[in-house]
Amino acid sequence: MLSLDLLLNAIVAGILLGGFYAAVSLGISVAFGLLDIVNIAHPVFVVLGSYIAYALNSALGLDPLLTGLLGVPVFFALGVVVYRLYYASFEKTGEESLRGLVFFFGLLFIIEVALLLVYGVDYRMVEAAYIGDSLHIGSVGIALRLLVPCLVGIGMTVALYLVLSRTFWGRAIMAVSQDSQALRLMGANPVRIKTIAFGLSIATASLAGALLIVIGPVEPSIGREYIGRVFAIAVLGGMGSIGGTLAAGLILGVVETFTATYYGPSWALAVSFGILLVVLAVRPAGLFGR
Amino acid sequence: MKKGLPLLIAVGVLLAALVATRLVGNRYLYFAGYVIFQYVVLATAWNILGGYTGYVNFGTAGFFALGAYTATVLILAFKAPLPVQIVAGGLVSAVLGLGIGYLTLRLRGVFFSIATLALALVLQTFVMNWEYVGGAKGVSIIRPAAFPPFASYVEFLFFVMAALAVVSAMAAWWIENSWVGRGLAAIRDNEEAAECMGVPTLRLKLLATVVSGCFMGVAGAPFPYYVTLVEPVSAFSLDYAVNSLAMPMIGGTTTWIGPIVGAILLSTAQQVATVTISSELNLLIVGIVLVAFVLLAPQGIVGLVQRLAGRRRA
Amino acid sequence: MRKRPTFVAVVSAVIIALIGTGVAVPAEPIKLGFGMALTGALAGNGKAALLSMQMWAEDVNKKGGLLGRRVELVYYDDQTKPATIPAIYTKLLDVDKVDLIVSGYGTNVIAPLIPLAMERNLTVVGLFGMANNEKFNYGRYFQIMPVGPNPPVDWSRGFFEVASKQSPKPATIAIVGADAEYPHNAMAGARKNAEQYGLKVVYDNKYPPSTVDFTPIVRAIKATNPDVVYVASYPPDTAGMIFAAHEVGLAPKMFGGGMVGLQFAALQTKLGAKLNGVVNYETWVPEPTLSFPGINDFLKRYQAQAAKAGVDPLGYYIAPFAYAYAQVLGLAVEGTKSLDQKKIADYLHGREMDTIVGKVKFGPNGEWAKPRMLHVQFQNIEGNDLEQFKRPGKRVVLYPEEWKSGTLIYPYAKARK
Repeated sequence: MLSLDLLLNAIVAGILLGGFYAAVSLGISVAFGLLDIVNIAHPVFVVLGSYIAYALNSALGLDPLLTGLLGVPVFFALGVVVYRLYYASFEKTGEESLRGLVFFFGLLFIIEVALLLVYGVDYRMVEAAYIGDSLHIGSVGIALRLLVPCLVGIGMTVALYLVLSRTFWGRAIMAVSQDSQALRLMGANPVRIKTIAFGLSIATASLAGALLIVIGPVEPSIGREYIGRVFAIAVLGGMGSIGGTLAAGLILGVVETFTATYYGPSWALAVSFGILLVVLAVRPAGLFGR
Repeated sequence: MKKGLPLLIAVGVLLAALVATRLVGNRYLYFAGYVIFQYVVLATAWNILGGYTGYVNFGTAGFFALGAYTATVLILAFKAPLPVQIVAGGLVSAVLGLGIGYLTLRLRGVFFSIATLALALVLQTFVMNWEYVGGAKGVSIIRPAAFPPFASYVEFLFFVMAALAVVSAMAAWWIENSWVGRGLAAIRDNEEAAECMGVPTLRLKLLATVVSGCFMGVAGAPFPYYVTLVEPVSAFSLDYAVNSLAMPMIGGTTTWIGPIVGAILLSTAQQVATVTISSELNLLIVGIVLVAFVLLAPQGIVGLVQRLAGRRRA
Repeated sequence: MRKRPTFVAVVSAVIIALIGTGVAVPAEPIKLGFGMALTGALAGNGKAALLSMQMWAEDVNKKGGLLGRRVELVYYDDQTKPATIPAIYTKLLDVDKVDLIVSGYGTNVIAPLIPLAMERNLTVVGLFGMANNEKFNYGRYFQIMPVGPNPPVDWSRGFFEVASKQSPKPATIAIVGADAEYPHNAMAGARKNAEQYGLKVVYDNKYPPSTVDFTPIVRAIKATNPDVVYVASYPPDTAGMIFAAHEVGLAPKMFGGGMVGLQFAALQTKLGAKLNGVVNYETWVPEPTLSFPGINDFLKRYQAQAAKAGVDPLGYYIAPFAYAYAQVLGLAVEGTKSLDQKKIADYLHGREMDTIVGKVKFGPNGEWAKPRMLHVQFQNIEGNDLEQFKRPGKRVVLYPEEWKSGTLIYPYAKARK
């Protein structure tokens, strides 16, 4: 059964999946990796993005990717509000770790229930021209439903990387993650910079949510399935390393796909988390950590 | 606090539980009470590690399910009696606790939390693929007939869980008020400094993870006889991880009484909500309570009470 | 945007429904107690079932209640969690003092209910549980889903019956499903059927419910080149498998079997023409062979309220059966003129009963004495219009013979075009 076709297809499918995983995890890499904010509710923000894409798609027929882009400023503002609340309640008093975690758990439940009350538990899907089509290059088939999220995920990674490394605010964010005290001495306001960074991290959820619902049906609590995955990817990639996040996403995608193709899909997730455990035990800074 | 007082309270709670089984005819109270005591054990166990040392365990469900599945295997293979199940469940989960104890050597903070979460997920996959315990389908367990002197087996389960709650609370009390507790607090404040000052950090951490893990397993062991259906999704439910973390946060993490107060309040609220509200709002309550408490009562209820009492005195 | 009913709205609706009956009935009502999935994974079906039961109570009370007493439903949200069942039913029985109980929706909440009913010798009617009585063999348990006396095997028998009658006769099969309770049962049954019908199993694997991408699985299946692919999946994976099958070009001679989700409008309208050719299980479809007395009227009323209740707008799969499982209990109470649990159980065992889902007769283990699980093929689906699914000819019944309403387009590729 070890045909070349199957092997090539498994690699391609893994890469496609990995690009999407990166899109979902980027926000965590910024919030958790750079700002030390354990936003366990990030996946539920992604689901929120999915529902906005669904609502606009079914009401106005807008393309989910377009709604994802439109949602970016809204989500940025949402991130700013959440961070302000978080900062005022926890960071200022220096008690962020544990209580901050519980705060985000609570947020997770509240958003989930809000979605439940508005949309119910039924699975929701969107319609778009590329859903259901596929390309064929030789013997390799590429589903557009997965190619689009992968490309957008890579695009998001590149964009975020450029923002962080080339712009003034981006460099300030990188600086604040390394030494906010020094920054303060230089007269910059770390809280303001962190607010922008957290807004950015939530903004990624808008697009990631659109991608999630392009791939398949979504229901309000589906975000829980991703909590483990996104943190695994952020940690595996090395805290705060944007490129590392993409690499870790791709690694996890390929590993899951290979396990599913060759060994049995039921072990796919366990293998991913097994790798995470090993990496954590051997190299806690992650594969591409500083 | 006087030394004899906790013991007195412990004996009092047990006697009250025993008397309750004699007097109360309404079996619903045993079921509801069982759940509340179960959460007292889980919250206390979580707090021994999370509250005293600051290592946040996200994998409570894994430990709980390990206890439940150990008991299930013993029931299926030998029809072992409940006390044997509890001891075995506790031992197996204690071994897992020892494992995560060694993880603390390398992993701090959130990394440790993520590792425990990953551990629970890996465990769940193994159980899903283990046909002897029913795999993903789970397995039905038939509850034994009444266990004299109790009128029904559920009364017995209720009493056992009450006893386990008392034992776990006493263990937490002992840890808190001995050199162990002081060592753990030193680790929470600054692990490096504690190490430098000659606190045997690894041994203390291992003790905490083993005791914490053990009690989580103990809480899970009577689960098969309580629900009579053991299946992976409910045994590994995220509820256990969230509740065991939320309850000490609500009650207060620095004292042994905090998790107990939190567990009694939150699980009672959940039980009441189940039979009164019965809708999505049930989940909303948990969310709002969590956010409200961490925002408004940072030190938990115990901290709030202490602060109020302090203010009055001053 | 549709609004969802709040708790207050639901309760007041019940109260209005009960008050508005206009028939003077004695004070003490007959209480029917149950837990139902109003939140959690199965809440979609749980809420639809609840709506049906409220319609049943309303209908009964309009006619003067049971034994001249009003019927009152007492229910709590079981959150789709088995761990809530012992406490909920003990509360129902000891505090609310209900006279009769039925189960909530689904196998996992029925499993802990049966031992509880056994301890108290209660009669319990189950709603869509698979093989729950296999271990207990409890004489007072009944189950309304028309699977048949041998649940896991009867569940997919139709699929294999239909396959075995085709020419060229399929020889190999791939079995795939999610790593969860229902698929586990369905796959076990499919394996037994494969053996019995002489199909060689060339692929047999399960995947975790959180799987995102199904193309690697479908490709691995395609590599084994099976004649028949049997899928036991939950709604998100059902959509994932169907998309992947189209993208990868998986075209066995028969495809489908045990896919959950294809029974409901949400997935039907979104998958649209991609469903053509899929053979899948059903409990009821709007085909002329299945228009039992009362069912069309029931569905009309149900569909009118569905949007407001936020449940499946078609309601073919679960709603009529949720009405019927209360209906048989009502028939037994009226028939025996009592609330005696033993008499009710004996009555339910003894006879064929007329319900809106046709004639129901329970066998010794409480399952339907004769299997009536339908296997249908999606045919001539066009676009994403909901109305088409209300018309006959879209999901033609292939099995059982007695209810057959069309013929299989074979192989699958032909119907897909």
